[in-house]
Amino acid sequence: MTAKEKTSKSKSEKFERPDGRKLEEIRPMKAKVGVVPNADGSAMFSFGDTVAIAAVYGPREMHPQHSQNPEKGTLRCNYSMLSFSVAERARPGPNRRSTEISKITEWALEPIVMIKKYPNMVVDVHINILQANASTRCAGINAAALALAHAGIPMKEMVSSVSIGKLDKTLVVDVIKEEEDWEEGEGATDIPITLTNSGKITHLQLDGKISSQELKEVLKLARKANKEIYEVQKKALKESVKLN
Amino acid sequence: METSRITGERIADYLNEGKRFDGRKPEEFRNIEIETGVSKWAEGSAKVKIGKTEVIVGVKMDVMEPYPDSADRGNLIVTAELLPLSSERFESGPPRFPAIEIGRLTDRAIRESKFIEMEKLCIKEGEKVWAVYIDIYSLNDDGNLIDAAEIGAFTALKTARMPKYDEETGKVVYGEFTDKKIPLQKEPPVTITAYKIGNAWVVDPTLEEEDVADTRVTIGATPDGIISSIQKGEALEIDIKEFEDVIDLTEKVRKKVFSSIEKALK
Repeated sequence: MTAKEKTSKSKSEKFERPDGRKLEEIRPMKAKVGVVPNADGSAMFSFGDTVAIAAVYGPREMHPQHSQNPEKGTLRCNYSMLSFSVAERARPGPNRRSTEISKITEWALEPIVMIKKYPNMVVDVHINILQANASTRCAGINAAALALAHAGIPMKEMVSSVSIGKLDKTLVVDVIKEEEDWEEGEGATDIPITLTNSGKITHLQLDGKISSQELKEVLKLARKANKEIYEVQKKALKESVKLN
Repeated sequence: METSRITGERIADYLNEGKRFDGRKPEEFRNIEIETGVSKWAEGSAKVKIGKTEVIVGVKMDVMEPYPDSADRGNLIVTAELLPLSSERFESGPPRFPAIEIGRLTDRAIRESKFIEMEKLCIKEGEKVWAVYIDIYSLNDDGNLIDAAEIGAFTALKTARMPKYDEETGKVVYGEFTDKKIPLQKEPPVTITAYKIGNAWVVDPTLEEEDVADTRVTIGATPDGIISSIQKGEALEIDIKEFEDVIDLTEKVRKKVFSSIEKALK
């Protein structure tokens, strides 16, 4: 069955996702902390084939000195994809996309991190995407939040990130590559959202076309997914402190 | 944090009695663990752990023009990146010398041993050949990234399957693989790097040991002893006799390491 047939079918019957998931179904998630022994805190988080690892170093003194902020510490994130994490080899090194995602990740995390406690210091969060099938920034943020908690950085609460997609007229949770490239009908709208576990938005991006009514629906779906992801994160953190 | 001079002196003192902090013998490697096929989109991939040191290596292929000096052979491009994630010492930015050297050492071990049968990777002489990219990333640095990288590179090559090639468009169909393997020689090159600390030589150093070593020698050879790449690193001079002993030492170690690799791959 072609994508076009699927779409026309969706109008009368149920919409079918390329991987057979239910509309609100997140791919199988895995989370583990302590994956990088050298780091002060580290974690792996995956949505199906999308695998992110994150490591936290710090708080440590900020260099060069003129970058130090005596009022509060600095949270510095660095997102990057391994060259072989995608089907067509990605050129190693930063690019405009990774630079923006790094900043977005900082903004997503800073509200929950009590960074004011560390004047003149920096907390570095390094995120690497080992394998990609869309939603890499969300997996990265989830791994980073876990790594920060694992590093013992004081945090007000957790954040959990998920991508919501609008494929033609249907809303789906946790977008994969085939869905990101959806071309039928109204095409794909991709909305990665990060929420604190008390339900505040720390990150939201949107690319595509959507009505304000639908966007409100998107937020509801994100909130529901957010709670599921939070449970996975919480479990991984609890496992890491389990006494032998 | 760099290793202090006092720790260095203690490491050297211990080695004078043939002992190391972690109880290993000077010529003993840490436990080697290898996981292959760790990346869905790579043609071949491997994660190699030596003790707490860990690297991930991926092989990607593409079709491109050959280099003018090898019009009838495939291209090999090896890069290494020391991820800031893997150590507090590594920073983001363009690769610095240690990363460049790891890429170069791995490149030469693979290339000079003729492990990849490059002439079989020619599609049309002077116009189109296969390019093999080997990309190495450190995931945790606790010493001896050099040997870990090279073990990762040849195991990733061994498990690689070639991507689909569309003859009409002359392009690779990304994300689709064939059952064809990369043409390889039977015997892979294995690099063993020996480090001199005080008066002693050790292999597979921990980060502390690597820090306080004065010189090192990396030798790439097949398990049956054919050497095809060597690099002496760091400034301290080495006696000829001593160098000959290093050759013998690495040859002995290589055989053991190779059988640990084979065991880890099972």
